[in-house]
This record gives sequence, C-alpha cells and structure tokens, in this order.
Amino acid sequence: MIPESFVPHLPALQIVLPLLAALIAALVRNGTVGWLLALVVSWLMVPVSMAMLGAVLDGGTISYALGGWRPPLGIEYRVDAPAGYLLVLVSAMGALAMTYAPRSLASEIPVGKRGLYYSMYLTCLAGLLGMAITGDAFNVFVFMEISSLAMYAMIAMGKDRRALVAAFQYLIIGTIGATFYVIGIGFLFASTGTLNMVDMALRLQDLGDSRPAFAGLAFIVVGIGLKLAIFPLHLWLPNAYAYSPSVASAFLASTATKVAVYLLLRFIFSVFGVDQTFDDLPLTEFLLVLSAAAMVIASAVAIFQMNVKRMLAYSSVSQIGYITLGIALASQAGLTGGIAHLFNHAIIKACLFFAIGAVVYRCGVVKLDQLAGIGRKMPLTMGAFVIAGLGLIGVPGTAGFVSKWYLILGAAEQGLWLLVIVIVVSSLLAVIYVGRVIEVAWFREPGPALAKASEPPFEILAVTWALAAGTIFFGIFTQYSGGVAGDAAMVLLDGIGPSDATPLLTRDELFDPTVSSGHVETGGGETGGGETGH
Amino acid sequence: MRLDTILRVCTKLFLPFIWVFALYVQLHGDFGPGGGFQAGVIAAAGVILYAIVFGKSAATRIVPKWLVEAMVPLGVLLYAGVGVYSMLMGGNYLDYDVLFHSPPTHYEAVHGQHWGVFLVEIGVLITVTGTMITIFYAFAGRGRREDRN
Repeated sequence: MIPESFVPHLPALQIVLPLLAALIAALVRNGTVGWLLALVVSWLMVPVSMAMLGAVLDGGTISYALGGWRPPLGIEYRVDAPAGYLLVLVSAMGALAMTYAPRSLASEIPVGKRGLYYSMYLTCLAGLLGMAITGDAFNVFVFMEISSLAMYAMIAMGKDRRALVAAFQYLIIGTIGATFYVIGIGFLFASTGTLNMVDMALRLQDLGDSRPAFAGLAFIVVGIGLKLAIFPLHLWLPNAYAYSPSVASAFLASTATKVAVYLLLRFIFSVFGVDQTFDDLPLTEFLLVLSAAAMVIASAVAIFQMNVKRMLAYSSVSQIGYITLGIALASQAGLTGGIAHLFNHAIIKACLFFAIGAVVYRCGVVKLDQLAGIGRKMPLTMGAFVIAGLGLIGVPGTAGFVSKWYLILGAAEQGLWLLVIVIVVSSLLAVIYVGRVIEVAWFREPGPALAKASEPPFEILAVTWALAAGTIFFGIFTQYSGGVAGDAAMVLLDGIGPSDATPLLTRDELFDPTVSSGHVETGGGETGGGETGH
Repeated sequence: MRLDTILRVCTKLFLPFIWVFALYVQLHGDFGPGGGFQAGVIAAAGVILYAIVFGKSAATRIVPKWLVEAMVPLGVLLYAGVGVYSMLMGGNYLDYDVLFHSPPTHYEAVHGQHWGVFLVEIGVLITVTGTMITIFYAFAGRGRREDRN
C-alpha cells in the first residue's frame, strides 16, 4: 500500500505531512481548501501509523535519526509498541474528526476563521503525533507546546463567548504544566547529561538514588499531570471541552489527554523504570489515591451538570482516573487495563461528543432540559449515544467492559479489594449520569424547541455510528484493543535494557575522532544500527 | 509624536543601522552567537520603532499586514521544505549532507551542512520577524476604528 522508498521515512512523514499541510492552510486561509488538506492528510496518517505499528509488532523498535545525526547526539524518532499504538489512535481519531467536520464546523465558526481552524487542527495533530513518536525528552516539550498552543486557539474559536475564558484558563494552566515539565527535564539533563530517553534511562540506572533526578521526576509528573487533567489538576478541562466547537471537543477529548498519559507512562516506566518509581518512591499510593478520588468525585460532579458537554467533560476526568489507576497498579493486568482503557475511552468519548455535536448542529442546544424527547426526533444519533454510554458504564459486550475487567483483575491480584469497590461504585455513578441523559432524551415528549429537529447529515451520522460500532467491536474482539495493550504493557514493564540502546553512539565513539560527526549512512530509519562514519 | 523632530530624525537615522545589524546577527550565526531568532527580533524591532514614532498606518504602508501574516507560515515552510528536499535527495529528514551531492564526500557534506543551516536560519528569520510584527500590529490596532472595518 505504501511505496517502498517511503518506508524508511515513515516516522518523519508522520510529523512532516500534517505540519506542511498546516502551513499551507495558514497561507491559503480558505475553509474549503483547509478542510480538504486536513481530510487528505488525516486519512494519510492512518496507513502510515498502521504500517509502523505492524512493523514494530513484527520486528521490534523503529529508530529514525532526524537530520542523519545518530542518537543520542541528534533527535531520535522512536516507535515501539506503546508509541505505535498511540500513533494509530491519534491518526484514526483525526481522520474521523475531519470526516465529521465540514458542516458541523461551518455552523459554529464564521467563514473567515475556518481556514485558520483547519491550520490549527493540523498543527495540533502534528504536535500530538510528535509527542508520541519522539524519543527525545526536550523534543517532547517542543511538540507539547506546538499542540497546546494550537489547542488553545481551537478552543477559543468556540461559538459561546465563554470559550475565550476557557481557552485562557487552559492557556495559563497548560503553560504552568509545560514549565514544570521543562524544569524536570532540566534536572534530568543536569544529572545525566543527555536528553535522549533511552540514553537517559541507561544513565539513570547507573546513577542510583539521586535526589536531583527524583526532583526532576516529581516536576515531570506534576507537569504532565496538569496536561492530562489528573484529579485535582483537572480544573481547566470541563470548560475547555464544554465551550469549544463540537469537532474540537471530540478530537481533544479522545487524543490530547491520552498523549499526556502516554508521556507519563514513558517517564515512569521507560525512563525511570518500575524499580525506581514504584519501589523507591511512593508513586503507587500517590496515584492510587488521586485516581480513586477522580473516579468517584468527578463522576459525582458529572451527575449534577446541566450542560451535557460539561457532563461528558467531568466524565472524562473520572475516566482518566481509571487509566492512571492502571498505571498505579504497575502490574501486567493493571497496565493492560489502563492502556486498553486509554484506547476504549477515546473511542467511547469521541462517539458521545460527536453525537452531542450532531444535536448541537441540528438544534443548537446542549442543556439537558432542552433535550427532552430528542431521542424520538433523532433516533439514530441518540442510539449511538446510548451504545457509547453503555460502553462508558462498562456493560459487558462493550469496549468499556474489557478495560474495567482488566483493572478489577489487576486490583484483585494485589488484594486491593477497596479499589474493586471504588471501580464498581464509579461505574454505578456513570449509570446515573448517562441514564439521566437517556431518560430525558427518550422518555419525554419533545418540546417546541425541537419541533424541526431531524437526523444530521450523512457524514456526521456515519462517523458517530462508526465509533459506536467500534465500541461494540472492541468489546467482543478483545485481541485488537486488549491484546495490543497487553503487548504495550509488557514493553513498558520490561523497561529499557542495554539491548535497546544498540543504535546509540557509545561514549567512546562520541570522543573518537575517527568516527566523524556520528553521522548515519544516508537513507535510513533502519532497525538497529551498524557501525558508521564516513 | 508628530511634532517631536529629534525623535523622528533619529529614528530615520537608526533604521538602516538596525536592519544591517539584524543581517549581521543573522549571518554571523554560523560562526558565533546569533542566528535567526535574535536577528528576527531585531529586524522586527526596527519596524516596531517606526510604527511607534510615525504611527501604525505609516508602518503598514511599508510592511503591510498581509505580508507579515504570510511571513509567519512561509518561514516555517522554508525550514520544513529544506528537510523535505533532503529527503528527496536520499537522506533523512533535515540531513543537510545530501543537499547538493548524493552520496556526498566529506567536503561536499560540509558544503551541504553550511547551506542547510543558512537556509533554515533564513526560515527562522522570516517567521520570527513576521510573528513579532503580527503581535505588535494586533495589540497596537486593538479598539481603533480603522481596525473594525
């Protein structure tokens, strides 16, 4: 499917194509051209990321030396199972969002700004994919800023004027998060002298207990915690999701926090390793308490929301609790559950936001009491909402059940029965907040405001239903979500060993004048790396 | 500041030096401190000084708004374009070694590296200049009647 000569360059193309498209969209500034570019590039990203994930699952890690400078001298793009998994997720969500976008967005954003919106979306896509693909800790920061700045702009373009305040709140908190992250990287750079994550991991193993390195980890965990809206650092999230354009809500809810979770996994498991983070530091207790609090408190708050998008946003905070719970368990079952939930929640929450987006497109209402009887006017849209809602609750046969099952398994394995209860209670709270919407939408007479409501256009319905079908598909064929998540969990739990570092230049080579400039032979993102120099 | 003759004359005197200094910082970036970011800010500072002293409308006559707004993506496009070109020449993304010769000898690789950095830094200069002036225009023009139309 992909021409042979492109294959070694796939890691670079994954980032460069959306970036170039974003620049062209910013130059042209036309909504239609921007949408076409975004649509084509987003769909191109899917085979690119799938090809890389396939190659990784077959033959091990892909390493791409940016600029031809061998790592750790240059920036390395590194795709392993967790990274490949995330790239596929983000690309697929981008492609679906852009298929959904044109008419929904046209109803929410004035003509003059549409081209810029697509430019921002493409920039954001490049940044999110870049955070997943890069193997360089500082490069992560750069991509984090790229994606975040684009996100602030996307959120601020919401129709409601409160979108501006929401975007500004997120700007402030997001900037603090990124600053904490970069301070942490500073500490790690000072104590290891490298920015390449694999190299950093190897040197931290030699370093042993180092206070600056732990301080760095603390800064990084808090910084990323702000980005992934870990309870109680989630305050930016509800407004940002509630007031941004429908397409942006769905895309951000399904990708932005997920990429932040991925970064947390990378630093806890790959860079520091399970021994250091979970045995020497009380990270398990810390994350367990916050996750449990998120699962219960955010769900409880969601029950009292009148704005459905805001309710879904609070539900996101609680679902992120499930994911971080899986991380905190740090066992094969727990981590599989966490990573699978990352994937499943992205599908489910995107479906819910898309369904509500369809309602907004047709009727322009998001308040719960205005939605009375909407299920009778838009049965297909609200049908998809019900299916995804069941997935959110974790009904058997839906994707949500699979990941919650793994999480309960992981908690029970370690004898944490209280946690099992928390998971069940949180799911029951989800029954209430999803049930509220279903009750209002299906069991009440339609009000006069919805007199003219009808099913949304084809592409909006198709995308929503594709995700609803995905919710069921991944609930039944668990080898795709649970299986790959298990592989990713295994890679993460194994940590980084010296065998992963073969493509790295050794210290001796760095200072060896005969190995000039540490340059790789041209043409290549090959797996592993031979002796080089010219 | 229409009546402030000293300021107006001094500004006019300064401008060529500011811009030449920007170019010096830009081109000296290959060998010492400097480069596109610093040079871009200095070049933009020249325009901003002119706008402060002679008014925003006078500044937009020399450097129109559409131009600076186009400069922002154009500079990045040049940067990314160099990377794509090196990919087409058979190297990795942004591998300057292969810009002119593929596969390169040692001296040809150095030649490529020199040009690669030069072009990429010009991209940085264009984007930073454009961004600084765009930000200034956006703030300076807020709430003015000419801006509302």
